Amino acid sequence: MAITLKLNGDTHTVDAEPGTPLLWVIRDKMKLTGTKFGCGIAACGACTVHLDGDPVRSCQTYIEDVGDSEITTIEGLNSAPAQAVQQAWIEVDVVQCGYCQSGQIMSAVGLLTSNATPTVDEINDYMNGNACRCVSYERIRAAIRRASEIMEA
Amino acid sequence: MNLVTSRRSFLQGAAASSAAVLVIGIAPSGLMAATNGADTTMLNPFVKISNDGTVTAIIKHFESGQGPATGLTTLIAEELGISMDAIDYEFAPVNPQLYANTAFGGMTQGTGGSSSMYDSYPQYRLAGAAAREVLLQAASQEWGVPVTQLTIEDGTISGGGNSASLGEFVEAASQLQAPQDPQLKDPSQFKLIGNASVHRKDTPPKVNGTAQYAMDIHHDNQMVVAIKRTPRLGGTVASFDDSGASDINGFIRAAVLPNKAGVAVYADDTWAAFQARDALDVTWDNSAAESRSSDQVFDELMAAVNEAPKYNVSETDQSEVATAIDQANHVVEETFYFPLLAHAPMEPLTCTLEATDDGGVVLYDGCQTPTGPQGAIAQILDLPSEKVQIETMFAGGSFGRRSTSNSDYQSEAAYAFGMTDRSRPVKLVWSREDDITGGFYRPAFAHKVRVGLDANGNIIGWDHRIAGQSIAKGIDVNDAAAPNGIDHASVEGVFPTPYTIPGMFVGLTDIKPATTVSWWRSVGNTHTGYVMESMMDLAAKAAGRDPVAFRLDHLTEDTLEQQRMAAALQMVAEKGNWGNAPEGHAQGIAVHMSFRSYVAEVVEISGDVDNGIKIEKVTCAVDCGLAVNPDVVKAQMQSGIGYGIGHAMRDEITLEDGVVQQSNFSDYEPLRITDIGAIEVHIIPSTEVPTGVGEPGTPPSAPALANAIAVSGPRVTRLPMNKAGVTFA
Repeated sequence: MAITLKLNGDTHTVDAEPGTPLLWVIRDKMKLTGTKFGCGIAACGACTVHLDGDPVRSCQTYIEDVGDSEITTIEGLNSAPAQAVQQAWIEVDVVQCGYCQSGQIMSAVGLLTSNATPTVDEINDYMNGNACRCVSYERIRAAIRRASEIMEA
Repeated sequence: MNLVTSRRSFLQGAAASSAAVLVIGIAPSGLMAATNGADTTMLNPFVKISNDGTVTAIIKHFESGQGPATGLTTLIAEELGISMDAIDYEFAPVNPQLYANTAFGGMTQGTGGSSSMYDSYPQYRLAGAAAREVLLQAASQEWGVPVTQLTIEDGTISGGGNSASLGEFVEAASQLQAPQDPQLKDPSQFKLIGNASVHRKDTPPKVNGTAQYAMDIHHDNQMVVAIKRTPRLGGTVASFDDSGASDINGFIRAAVLPNKAGVAVYADDTWAAFQARDALDVTWDNSAAESRSSDQVFDELMAAVNEAPKYNVSETDQSEVATAIDQANHVVEETFYFPLLAHAPMEPLTCTLEATDDGGVVLYDGCQTPTGPQGAIAQILDLPSEKVQIETMFAGGSFGRRSTSNSDYQSEAAYAFGMTDRSRPVKLVWSREDDITGGFYRPAFAHKVRVGLDANGNIIGWDHRIAGQSIAKGIDVNDAAAPNGIDHASVEGVFPTPYTIPGMFVGLTDIKPATTVSWWRSVGNTHTGYVMESMMDLAAKAAGRDPVAFRLDHLTEDTLEQQRMAAALQMVAEKGNWGNAPEGHAQGIAVHMSFRSYVAEVVEISGDVDNGIKIEKVTCAVDCGLAVNPDVVKAQMQSGIGYGIGHAMRDEITLEDGVVQQSNFSDYEPLRITDIGAIEVHIIPSTEVPTGVGEPGTPPSAPALANAIAVSGPRVTRLPMNKAGVTFA
């Protein structure tokens, strides 16, 4: 069935069956591959995107439930917190394999948008659903603190 | 510095693949005779320079996060005399004759054994230095200025009042004979090697979503294949019914794999492939299938370590050792068990095969060991191996999973592609469930150790039995696959050990695996390091000695190996504030040598086993020779430590009636950000040859945690820890 999506500032119409996860519409229909498939059960966070600015796991978000919500993927990030996060991620060299990092960044932007100066405990609690098999956690904490500084400056 | 590869005159050097590109490389020994000197296609370019001045390093090791894209590029940039911003990189094509890993014996192109930098350090420096010299020579001729007066700085050649971009001399340089023995920089002149502020080259595309992994391949008209695999090793497809999939939009067809190990489902996209696979009804022929459960495997391994071992690994007299221990003042005895573990890289396995115009194929893959899949695909598709090209993509982690003895997932893709008319690219996609249940695990192992100490607390006997599932011998336990029947990967870390241990016997018995098994980050050291470092703590306690002092007493020989191991231990004790844990905290320590590197770690915990243990801090000291990129070394230590600790805490793969019981990250839980505090890494300054960093951080991490827990809690000898009565906060 034809579904209209608001994605990264544009409106698109795609053909997808009800029950299709937003993840696979983004990746296979829209060919936006920055959003990653990691587990398919919302246990790793690699597929995190924003719906109206809030992080959601796109593998457990069904396409018919998206409605008029504005979808933002890693490719569409441009807010001040997003720019700070991406700059901090580069400064700290957070990434290793990098496969989870789109999701990490989408969650970190969500955190800093709602809480510009999170404590370490708040960072840990918020980011706990985003797994990194390369264990970049120490650098994720450092980069979020650094992004917070950049935002304050 | 002791270069790994001799610098004999095999530098084939500058040649022109076209007038516009200068390529510099080193032909492997033995190859020169097979080439005619003018055949530039037999050069292996480690560096390409275009006449627009673009410099590109050709990276022969895959990038799964461990850093070769940055590290190998740094070697070229350093010797060439350009900044990291002035150099790009790309992954090498498959050609084992040109890009073999010297640490693998020079026949196999691939990454493993933490050998990327160890293998590449001499070659890439030489290539960079040769490029520099031949460009300077060309400029010298052009300007009539002696080479000695010319310099390269950030891509510009200057001297004698002249100045021009490197690219200006590419054409002239390509006509010159390569220098056979280029002058390498003196390490005191390094600007990039060892520079802690050199950033990763692959960070920018990985923070904006543009980095391309094999999972991101979207070729026009491609089909996506998901495979319903036998849940039991050795099971085959008896029959299947795909009528339930027929109304799934995008489903194309289903077909039994030629090896009958599963049913391939072809669809227009990934979700349709997964849906259609779920709708399949497959009847399995389990007449030759594995049916053991983990409890049986456990019993078999425990029985094996309590019987006379099949192989005498140490070639020492076991009865003499046993007698010495029987007469000892103190005897410490423990039995250990290590379960199967999945690698679970964040990017599920995937690769794509596409036909090429010359009748061959190209594989798009986060390819760890190109030699393997090239041969496997060629055989399955009945092609000469040179008709199988490989485009190496970024790999979303591996930890060993992307290199298997039979190139498992690439072979599946070839089978699936071979059952089509080959007009459409075929992309194989594994789900996370496929990954967790799909085999090639860290094998299960048991150890039984008896250590005897004399009245002064000195070790006088060490009887060490190991039983497990040999990776080299495989599921058929082919004894001929290991030299003298002994799979080194089953005993490495115990035999040999850097410690001086008087009266040591090491025995090994193989047990037929109930699943496929393979190399998992640090391989045998995952269990041998745990056992050695647990036993050293237990022996220290029996001797009434401090664990650090006790270890140092067994590292007193005048050898570089023992000195480096002792230095790592001493540094971590100092930096980790050993013996001075804050109130309510406990510390554990471990040190292990693997992949030519020495790593010592202190794990500091709070809490207790009943109410929950919290890992507050890990301190690490690493001697990996010269640290080419110190920040990447630190990242690899952090990664290896977390990987080792996370699995030890709560992960295992178990079997019931031959079927894996775990399925996803819900029951094979990754280490989370809340699980671990700071990981502080200290690099021991060194001028030794660069050695491994991808794996060596892992072996000491779990035993250091176990030693911390044992300060006031149980001695964990059966993993994972949460099944041994340890709760984590």
